[in-house]
Order: sequence, then structure tokens, then C-alpha cells
Amino acid sequence: MSSKVYTTESGEVVYGIVAEFDTPADVYHAAEQVRDAGYSKWDVHTPFPIHGMEDAMGVKRTILPMIIGVVGLTCAGLGFLMQWWMNGVDYQLTVQGKPFATWQAFVPITFELGILFSAFTAIIGMLFFNRLPQWYHPLLKKDRFLRVSDDRFMICIEAGDSNFDPDRTRALLEGAGGKHIDLVEE
Amino acid sequence: MSSIHPDQVTAQHLAGLSRLPDRGTPAPGTGDGSLIDDPSVRSPLVLNERTFKEVTDIVCGYAENKPGKWWLPALIISGSIATLGGLAILYLVITGIGTWGLNNQVDWAWDITNFVFWIGIGHAGTLISAILCLLKQKWRTAVNRSAEAMTIFAVICAATFPGIHIGRQWMAWFLPPIPNANNIWPNFKSPLLWDVFAISTYGTVSALFWFMGMIPDLATLRDRADMRLRASKSGPTIAPFIPIRVDAVRAYIYGFLSLGWRFSSRHWHRYEAAYLVLAGISTPLVLSVHSIVSFDFATSILPGWHTTIFPPYFVAGAIFGGFAMVLLLLIPARELFPNMKDFITLRHMENMAKIILVTGSMVGFAYTMEFFIAWYSGNEYESHVFKFNRALPTWISDKGAPYWWAYWAMIFCNVLSPQVFWMKKFRTSPTAIFAVSFLVTIGMWFERFVIIVTSLHRAFLPGEWGMFFPTAVDITTFIASCGVFLTLFLIFLKFLPVFAIAELKAVMPQASPHHHHEGHAHGGGDHSKGGHH
Repeated sequence: MSSKVYTTESGEVVYGIVAEFDTPADVYHAAEQVRDAGYSKWDVHTPFPIHGMEDAMGVKRTILPMIIGVVGLTCAGLGFLMQWWMNGVDYQLTVQGKPFATWQAFVPITFELGILFSAFTAIIGMLFFNRLPQWYHPLLKKDRFLRVSDDRFMICIEAGDSNFDPDRTRALLEGAGGKHIDLVEE
Repeated sequence: MSSIHPDQVTAQHLAGLSRLPDRGTPAPGTGDGSLIDDPSVRSPLVLNERTFKEVTDIVCGYAENKPGKWWLPALIISGSIATLGGLAILYLVITGIGTWGLNNQVDWAWDITNFVFWIGIGHAGTLISAILCLLKQKWRTAVNRSAEAMTIFAVICAATFPGIHIGRQWMAWFLPPIPNANNIWPNFKSPLLWDVFAISTYGTVSALFWFMGMIPDLATLRDRADMRLRASKSGPTIAPFIPIRVDAVRAYIYGFLSLGWRFSSRHWHRYEAAYLVLAGISTPLVLSVHSIVSFDFATSILPGWHTTIFPPYFVAGAIFGGFAMVLLLLIPARELFPNMKDFITLRHMENMAKIILVTGSMVGFAYTMEFFIAWYSGNEYESHVFKFNRALPTWISDKGAPYWWAYWAMIFCNVLSPQVFWMKKFRTSPTAIFAVSFLVTIGMWFERFVIIVTSLHRAFLPGEWGMFFPTAVDITTFIASCGVFLTLFLIFLKFLPVFAIAELKAVMPQASPHHHHEGHAHGGGDHSKGGHH
């Protein structure tokens, strides 16, 4: 996608450009402007999820819940089959005069296995789509960026975006009220 | 890179200025400012008008600053008690189940009582993290992290007891369906196997939920350690003469655990979706777990166990006992940790006291229904159990129950003591809440003892009737499980984010993007400003 590689005066490759905001409202409205300017490779970093930020950024709804549902139901079904095969086919255990394969008795474990694998899918899926774990990231090298985990709100537009231009992008963030605008090195 | 210290406030805190000033005085009649009776006014979830920065500093301070003088002695005492339990279990494994007081008649006794007691305690944590999340009860953010931690530690204690009760503990791997040389599979029609799956699922899902919730807060701790590392060349080391800085260890461990979280909104979006799904699936899970525990009893034919009221009765009792334990842990904690009262307000305590009152009355209703059904069913075994084996003291009749005192201790602690919460004075007094919670915890242990031991000790054949008396090993193992629980909780209080920092910030009024007056310069008018392009 990226047509051009930008470098700083010292020759470092530029990852992107960051701007800092003071309040959720400021960063929310700035995000709307970046969205409307047509950027795609950019992100808003906030200490907590801000209500409605998906809309302000134009992020599509995640398909994660659908995946969790499909995996959960599949695993519940497999769990039922496992019990049916083990007790009903492979090792028929005569106990309490019950039929070998009795679906009613298999309900609790079917349910529990569905929940168990849904939970694994939820967390592993969340990490997978977020490309995590990723213990190295250019942003984490910036001193000011670390304050996002406290009370700062930041927008980062990546140099890899086709719309990126060092001057125009900086001007957009300045116009949106960004402070401490700075380049991030790869 | 800037060389300015990025975090002056943290530096001051590390220098010992850990208690932040109070701001203003609360309006009269509102306690600490959170007990507002006017329904048109939202009671504040965080007191003293804390800023985001102060919230970060306060909560991270618990993990970063030296703990109070009480912490280490408390850890040593509870850790020693826990170790004692290890020895008791070792003795049990070497010698056999005969070291416990159970016998042919009462073949489930303290072990299963303790198991149900601990697993029940866990349920409050999941109720707070899952059900209150779905119901959009924002006050849960003050207690969810510590309650979830409590859940996991309680499940660890609970799982130990059936594990060591199986007799040949080295055969415990027969419980899950693992292919083995004997070519046999477990019996999936047995409620005991349902229990294995319910408890292990519950423990795993609770731990996943807890860990996922902690990722952003661990990243906050990582960033703070990193900031201090970058700001100065020297700092406290892990031990004298070892040149490894404490902050380097923190940055490494918290950094590893936080998986590189960088507070991206695109990440938050999927994170919130996953969180909501986890809350959604944990809700039926928590209801199923204690229902399945109750099936261990309800699917048998023993009078006193064989009853359809058990699943809802057990679930209500679990939430009841769990909230009592949450309060038992948090009331001292909010006294001992600086500024914790800003987050756990009197309103939070009042809400939990109300839940205790409701669920306590529910178990009271269940106790009454057991008597009603015993009479209404006309089943003579059932009515014998309730008329003679549970409630009738031996000093009134020779046919009376030898364990009558356990039954009445249960009624007093679980049904009568929470009734004081009808009065606002009691449900807003930490001392009164602590006292009732203590009684409820004892009462809920007795409830399980009453259900298990008194039902078993006089079953169908009078010739088999017998008594159960605990041995020293029984008692040591139970007390040690409390030690394990407290030890884990103390370690949690010192090293992990005790509050869900990101969630706390998100429920503060200034977190809303519409908090500032709408006519602000950044308002809607700027929307289509794509002029640079």
C-alpha cells in the first residue's frame, strides 16, 4: 500500500505521527476529522474505551462474537458426540439401570464444554484479531506515549497510509487541536 | 526523547506522600457523599472528585509502594497456616481417608462441606463480573477485580477437597476422559462427573475473564515502571548489592503479562466485544455450576437431598455467602489501604448489604419450603428428616436431632442476622455489615454441614445410624484452606491491580465524550472539515 518510505533527518524510518489530546471529547472530535479526511491506517489510543469511538473512527463492527458462537456451538456438539460415543458405543457401562446413551444425562457436560470453548475463543480470538501478543511496538518507545495508560489521549496516523504526507497530516492534527505533535520512528 | 521526568506525581508518591487530600465535605446526611436519597441525582461512583491521574496513582500505588506494616505479618501467619494444610494433606495421602472422621454411614462429611462452602463463595465474584455487567450496574467496577480474584482463589480451595477425598489421589487423572490402558471411559451419567466438568470450566473461565480484564491495567503498571526506568539511571534494586532495579523486574513481568497492550481503540473495540460475550456466557455458567453441585445431592434418593428446590436454593445461597466473603475482605482492606474509600463507597456497601438481605431471605424461604414439602408430600422419610433429624433439639425430645445446634446456628446466621439490613442505619455501617457478613459466612458453612452430615447420619435404616466427629486432620485441613485463600488474596493485594483501573476511569463523569459543554470549539460544526486534502 505504502508508496513512499519517509525518513527523519537522522535517517530513521518514520512509523507515523502522533498528536496528544487532553480530554475524551477532544480526541473524539479529532477522530471524526481524521476519519473524514479519508485515512485508514491510523488509531486512537485512550486509557479506557471511549463510548462511541467506533463510530467516530468509522470502525466496522467486529465479527468476533459470531466466531465465538460458531466455535462454542460446534464444541458443544462435539462434546455431546464424545459422551454419546464413549458411554453409548465404545464402553457401555451398566449403572443404575439407565440406557447406555441417554441425551438428558449428557446435557450438563455438553453445556459446560460449549461455555469452556466459547471462553477460550473469546480471549484467543480477541488477541488474534488485535495481533497480540506483540511485545515490541514503535509507539511504546515514545516517552509521552506511555502516559496514554494514565490520562492522555493520542491519535497516531501511520506513514504507511496512502494519504500520509508529513506536512498535510501534521496540519490536520494541528487543526483538530492536537498537541505535542511528533514523529514516531520505526 | 524528552529528558523531563514524565511522572512527577509518581515520584512524589514513591517519596512517601501516598495519601491524597480529600476535597470538600460531603453534604450532610449523605454519609461519605455517596448516600444520596434523591433519585434524580446520581450518586458518585468515585469520591473526592479524583482525576484520571489520581485514580492511576492510587491504584498503582498499592502495587508499587511499600505495603502497610500489617501486610508481611499477615502473609506470614496465613502462609504458615496454609503450609500446615499441606502437611495435613501429605499425612492424609500417606495414611488414608481413615484419618478423617468420616465413616461408613457419614461417608461425605467435612471434605464435601468445605468443597460446597468454597465453591459457593466464588459465585459472588462471577455475579459481580458477569451478571452486573450485563445489567449495566456501573458500581460493580469498584469491586469486580477483587471479587473475581476471590472467586479464583475460592475455586482453588474448593477443588482441593474432592481431589483429596477420592482416596487414591494419584488416580485423580481417571476423572477426565483420557484414553487409558484399561480401555474404560468415565460415566457421563453421573452427577459427580458433571461436577468435574462444571468446576473445571468454572475455574478456567473465571481465570480467563480475570486475566483479560487485567491486561490493560497490567499495561499501566508496565508503562509506569518503564517511565521511571527511562527517567533516571538509578532506583531501588531488588536486594542490596544486586544491581537489578525493581522497576526493571516490574517492566519485564507486567510487560510480559500485558501482552504488548497499547490502548488502541481498534483493540478496545474487540476487547469490549469479547468482554461482553464472556459476561454473557459466564452468567448461565455461574447459575449452572451451583445447580450441578446441587445435583450431586438432588439426584440421589436420600431424604433431605432428593428435592427439586436444590438448584435455585443452592445458587441463591452461593451468591449470599459469596457477597458476605467479598465484604469480609473489602471492609478491612478499605480501612488499611490509603484512599480506597474513594472507590468503595458507603453506597457500594449498602448495595451489597441489600443483596445479602435479598439472597438471605431467599435461602430463608427455601428452608421454609423444605418443611412445607416434607409435610405436604406426605412422604414419611422426608417428614422424619425435617421433623426429627434437623430441627428438634435433643433437650426437648429423645427422638430429637443430635445436630440440632448446627441447624439453629444456620437459621440464626443466615435468616435472622441479615434482617437488620432492613434498617438503613445498619446497612450503611461498615461495622454492622462486617459483623453480619461474618455470621453469614459461618452460617453458610453450617448450611452445607446440615445438608450433608445430618442427612447422611440418619438414612433409611436405623441400624446404620451413626454420628460424625471431625478429627484433628479434618479441622487442620479446613483451617488451612482459609490460610491458602488469605495468602493468595494478600499476594493479589500487593502485586496486582486491585481495581479495574480502565473500567473505573470509564465510569467517571469526565470519561464521556459529551462531558464538556456541547458548544465547545470542537463541536459538531468541524465535522466535515477535510480541507487539507
